[in-house]
Amino acid sequence: METVLFYFLAAITVVSALLVITRANPISSALMLVVCFLATAGIFAMLGAMFIAVIQVLLYAGAIMVLFIFVIMLIQTDAGDLKRRAITFGKILGAVAAVYLAIILGIAAWRPPFIEAPQAGEAFLLPATMGSQLLTTYILPFEILSVLLLIAIVGAVVLAKKKI
Amino acid sequence: MILDIIIAAVKVIVIFAMVLTSVPILIWMERKGAAYIQDRRGPNRAAILGVRLGGVIHSLADALKLFTKEEIAAAPVSKPLFYIAPMIAFFIAVVTVAVVPFAAPLKLFGYEFTLQVADLNVGLIYVFAMSSIGVYGLLIAGWAACGKYSLLGALRSAAQMISYEVALGLSVVALFLLSGSLKLQDIVMDQGAMVWHWNFIRQPLAFVLFLTALFAETNRLPFDLPEGESEIVAGYHTEYSSMRFALFFMGEYTHLIVGSLIIATLFFGGWQFPFVGAAVMKENINQIIILGWPAGAFFMLIFGWWLASKFRRRYRDLRDYEPLVFGVPAMLFAILLLMAWAGLMSRGLLGDIPQWAGDVAIFLIQLATVLAKAIFFCAFFIWVRWTLPRFRYDQLMNLGWKVMIPLGVANVAITSAVMAFQ
Repeated sequence: METVLFYFLAAITVVSALLVITRANPISSALMLVVCFLATAGIFAMLGAMFIAVIQVLLYAGAIMVLFIFVIMLIQTDAGDLKRRAITFGKILGAVAAVYLAIILGIAAWRPPFIEAPQAGEAFLLPATMGSQLLTTYILPFEILSVLLLIAIVGAVVLAKKKI
Repeated sequence: MILDIIIAAVKVIVIFAMVLTSVPILIWMERKGAAYIQDRRGPNRAAILGVRLGGVIHSLADALKLFTKEEIAAAPVSKPLFYIAPMIAFFIAVVTVAVVPFAAPLKLFGYEFTLQVADLNVGLIYVFAMSSIGVYGLLIAGWAACGKYSLLGALRSAAQMISYEVALGLSVVALFLLSGSLKLQDIVMDQGAMVWHWNFIRQPLAFVLFLTALFAETNRLPFDLPEGESEIVAGYHTEYSSMRFALFFMGEYTHLIVGSLIIATLFFGGWQFPFVGAAVMKENINQIIILGWPAGAFFMLIFGWWLASKFRRRYRDLRDYEPLVFGVPAMLFAILLLMAWAGLMSRGLLGDIPQWAGDVAIFLIQLATVLAKAIFFCAFFIWVRWTLPRFRYDQLMNLGWKVMIPLGVANVAITSAVMAFQ
C-alpha cells in the first residue's frame, strides 16, 4: 500500500516537474510547479514529517507560487509571443526513458547495498520539538538562511524602487 | 481494523453531509437576513403543494434551476483549467472541516470515538495551508475565463488573500502560546467550560484580528472586492454558468460554515457548554435528563402553539394551512414526549440510566453546542454583509499591511513577554 502510494506521488512529482519546463504557457508551467510541490508534500507526509509537509503546502504552494502566478498574470505574455521551444515533451520523455533503461541495466549488473527510507525522527513530528531543534542544534544554518532572506528582501526593494 | 475503516468512512460522510446540507439553509438565512435588514419580506413565493416553509423552498428551486441550465464556455477559454477551477474552490472549502472537533472523545464499550475526521498534530496549520491553496480556485477561474472582469477579479483576490493570510496566521500564534499545542482538540480542552477562560476573553485583540481576516479570506462583504458587482460585474466567476457557477456559490457558503466552526472552536470554547464542564455534566446526567426532557418538550409545545395561532384564512387556498401543518404535529409530538417522560418517571426508570446512554446524551449536547455557536457566527457574517459597505482597494491594503499586521506582531510580542515573565 505504502509502496504504491509512494510510486504514485513520485510519478506525479516527476511528470509535473517535466511539464514545468515543457509547457509553452507560463501560467500552465507555474500551475504544474504547484502540483509538483503538493506531491512533494505528500511524500513528506508519508515519511511522517507532517509539519514539513504542511509548511511546504502553506509556504511554497500557497504563498510563493501565488505571487509567481500573480506576476505572470500582470505581465500577460501570450503563448504565441514566446519562442518556439526546440525541446518538446516527447523528446524529454524519450530521453528520460533511455536514461531509465540505462540505469536499470546498470543496477542489474551492480548491486549496491540498498536501504529502506527511514521514517522521520521524533524531532520532525511535533512543531514544538522541531522549533527547539531549529533554535539549538541547527541555529547557525537557520540564522544564515534568515540573513540570506533579509538580503534578498532588501535587494528586491532597492531594485524595484528608484528613489528610496 | 475493518471496523476502524468503516467508522472513518461513516464519519467523513456524516460530516460532509452535515456541512453540505447546511448550505441551502444558509442561503435562505442570507436572503431572509438581507430582506429584514432592508425592511422587506424576502423570498416567500416558491412552494411545493402550497407549503413554502417561509422561503426555504427557494433554495431548492435554485438548485433545480442551476442543474438544468446550459453550461457555457466561451471559445477562447482554456478548457481544462476552466473546468477544474470550480472543483478546486469547492474541494478546498470542504476538506478544511476535517480537523474541526465536534465533540469530546466518546468512550463507548471500550472503543474511543471522536467526531472529527483527523486529529492532526499540526491541526491549525493544516487549516491555513488549505485556505492558502483555496486562492487557486479563484485565480485559475479568473485567468482561464479569458475575460477582463474575470482577470481583474482574480488579481484582486490573489492580492487580498496574500495580504490577509499573514494577519490571520499572526493572530493565532498567541493561541498556540497559551495552549501549547496546535491540535484543535487540545485548544478546546485548554479553554475549559468557564466563559472567562475562553480565548476571546483571554486574547481579545487576536479575536478581532482573526475575525477581520476571516472576512477577507471568505470574500464576504466588507472585503468582497474579487466579486465587486458594482465594479467588475461578478469578478472571477463572471463567465461561469449552471452547476459550475453553483460550485463557486456552494464553496462560498461552505467556507462561511467552516470559518464559523473554526472561530467557535478557537475562540469560543468549541464544544464546551458554557459554565457546565463535561465532568460536572457527567456527574449530574440523571438530573439533566430529568429536568431537560420536560423543559425541551414544553418549549416545543409553546412553539407549536405559537405557529398554530398564526392560522388565518388569508389566501383561501392551501397556503393558509401551512402554520397548522407544522404547528399541530409539533404540539402532538411535545405532548407525546411529556407523556413518555411521565411514564418513565412513574416507573423510576429515569433515576438511574445506564452509563452509555448518559455519555451519548453528553455527546449530543456537545455537538449541539458547537453547532449553535457556529450558527451564531454565520448569522453574524450575514448581519455584517448587509450592514457595511465595501472597502476601496487602497483602504483594504492599508488596513491589511499597516494596521493588522503590526497589531498582530505586537499581540504576539506582548503575549510571549507575559508568558515568559509569569
